[in-house]
Amino acid sequence: MTLALQPIADPSAPLARRNPVAKLAAALLFSLPLIATLDPLTPAIALLIELAVVPLFGVRYSTLARRAWPLLIGAFGLLVTMVLFAADRGGTLLLELGPFDVTTGVLTAALGLILRLFAVAVPGVLVFATTDPTDLADALVQNAKAPARFAIGALAAFRLLPLLGAEWQMLTLARRARGIDAGRNPFAAVRLFVSTAFALLVGALRRGGRLAVAMDARGFDSGAPRTYARKQVFRQADAMLVIGAVLLSALTLATTIALGLFRPII
Amino acid sequence: MSEVVLRGFGWRHAGRRAWAVRDVDLHIAHGERVLLLGPSGAGKSTLLAALAGLLAEDSGEAAGTIEIDGLDPRKARENAGIVFQDPQTQLVMARSGDDVAFGLENRGVPPAQIWPWVSDALDRVGFPYPITRSTAALSGGEAQRLALAGVLALRPGLLLLDEPTANLDPAGADLVRESVGALRDQTMILVEHRVAEALPLVDRVVVLEPGGGVRADGTPEMVFAAYGDKLADEGVWVPGFTIPPLKSAATAGPELVRASEVEVKQRLAPVSLSVGAGEVLAVTGPNGAGKSTLALVLGGLLAPTGGRVCGFGDDKPPHRWRAATLTGRIGSVFQNPEHQFVTARVADELAVGPRRLGRSPAEVTRIVDDLLERLRLSKLGAANPYTLSGGEARRLSVATALATAPRLLVLDEPTFGQDRRTWIELVTLLATLRDDGHGIVAVTHDDDFVQTVADRTHPLGTARLRDPLPHRRPGGHP
Repeated sequence: MTLALQPIADPSAPLARRNPVAKLAAALLFSLPLIATLDPLTPAIALLIELAVVPLFGVRYSTLARRAWPLLIGAFGLLVTMVLFAADRGGTLLLELGPFDVTTGVLTAALGLILRLFAVAVPGVLVFATTDPTDLADALVQNAKAPARFAIGALAAFRLLPLLGAEWQMLTLARRARGIDAGRNPFAAVRLFVSTAFALLVGALRRGGRLAVAMDARGFDSGAPRTYARKQVFRQADAMLVIGAVLLSALTLATTIALGLFRPII
Repeated sequence: MSEVVLRGFGWRHAGRRAWAVRDVDLHIAHGERVLLLGPSGAGKSTLLAALAGLLAEDSGEAAGTIEIDGLDPRKARENAGIVFQDPQTQLVMARSGDDVAFGLENRGVPPAQIWPWVSDALDRVGFPYPITRSTAALSGGEAQRLALAGVLALRPGLLLLDEPTANLDPAGADLVRESVGALRDQTMILVEHRVAEALPLVDRVVVLEPGGGVRADGTPEMVFAAYGDKLADEGVWVPGFTIPPLKSAATAGPELVRASEVEVKQRLAPVSLSVGAGEVLAVTGPNGAGKSTLALVLGGLLAPTGGRVCGFGDDKPPHRWRAATLTGRIGSVFQNPEHQFVTARVADELAVGPRRLGRSPAEVTRIVDDLLERLRLSKLGAANPYTLSGGEARRLSVATALATAPRLLVLDEPTFGQDRRTWIELVTLLATLRDDGHGIVAVTHDDDFVQTVADRTHPLGTARLRDPLPHRRPGGHP
């Protein structure tokens, strides 16, 4: 679990070094406008741009692929859903799967959705692959004026996440030791899962409560203005990154509109 | 250094009938180092929380006065620093230096001063790593040293330590005591039930009376000469009170389970052992040697990645048995009892195993009543297992394993963190079970346990496994 959360980029790469808030804003501002259209071209262009800037973030393509592979599951899910439920079955008939006609129309729509999934998710993967969680929390508080109680509190909770994996294994083994297993009964398996998850939640809440007391004992609730041991600065280059993201997003949409492929979502 | 004055102090948590602590008169002078003792439930932790200013006015009812240097602790929070039991729930940040800086940031210390103060605090506790060290890569003792540094960085006049070594193995506890022993600039109040180890750190002992008030107050020699017997009976580990050994009179019976060259990748190096009926086998060894992993493998809970476990004349190894079959043969008791609780009532908890084995309702009732009686839990039959005290929860977890009458019991640190009274009860119970023909495997750090009841000891190798926590890398982002 920790592996998926730790930054894995070369920290000296030109864009990896940028302020975490700037990176987050750039990712959101670049990818969100693309949702406005349903055509497959817009996300395709966006994805090309994203892949082109990957080296600037100091991330290897192989690393990106390892991080992003769960998206393939989502993509496959989208494909299946579209084949089963797509309303528009226009275009040439390619294949008949029982009652489901697989047509070029269905595949184009599925392709559009899958490309959108990747185009929106890859910037997020890039940001978190190149950003230390501590730096992100610092920047959110110092540069984006997020409440410290929220940002630092979330960071502290985040630190406890890897413990949950070990805790889950212990709870599972402990249930077997108590003579409780599901065998081949799927209903029993669901019940067992729910009860284990509940025990995990109870444990996590207790632990979180103790952590909160320890944090308050060190003055986290004092209400006095905090100072910052690690300074995060929002430089001109950070602003340029955000502006660049907006411009590229606009350029992508403009291309689609110019080619007459723009299909607004509403 | 701070001065502490309590006059008739008491505190009752909201919604409770009994006072957690009551009628305490106490004067602690600048620079004194006090060990606060009392049977469990005497209100030691509540008193420390009050001194740390952590009891909010609306969370209960107060009586008398409590002052640090003439101020209400709630209004003078920077005067007192507190370290709790569990290092995992005290560390906030991913990097060690950042964690120490956290308190300084909260107090609004100017950024230019923060890092020198951080280094100073880390030096004072003897923290051996650079400030970029990942907090996830620290051992329990190191993490607790870091938690202590985080408190010392705030330069409190009063240092409160609430069982700071209770969650640590002996080596980790030594690290923490070494750090605490070197401190000289604070008034200190320590709650700790391993008294012998704590005595070199203090010059005064205060004993709280469970019903209210202070029972004894003075130098350790005075207090233990006058009250040693009574304290030992109540569960305090008074130095000099030994327990006679309870070794087996007979030789071990037939073999129950044998492990041949079992190993678990990155957690346990290959080991062979067997355990017979009517013997207590203690598995000892340093942290990271895989003791708990071995307990899981012997208990049929974890599949070994190499080697083989067999027993009870079954062709299949224990980890392939159905859970109900397993509990009828091998009972496992985990280090943390709460991991094993699956119901909301103590009596139901004991009924789970026998029901799964298909016992009739009458039989289940008989088994449950018998165990409640034997393990002194009768009054708690309707209580929620999560509300039990540490000793009660431990007794219940052993009882749940016994409910299915397994021939072999596997226990992970059964005596860890227990007071003397629970300790004696447990050890006596295990000796009785052994004499009745049960085989018992106990993974333990506890030398007293080994001396008192173990018939055989199997030390696990000191050769450290290659990186036991491969996924936790030290952080490299200064």
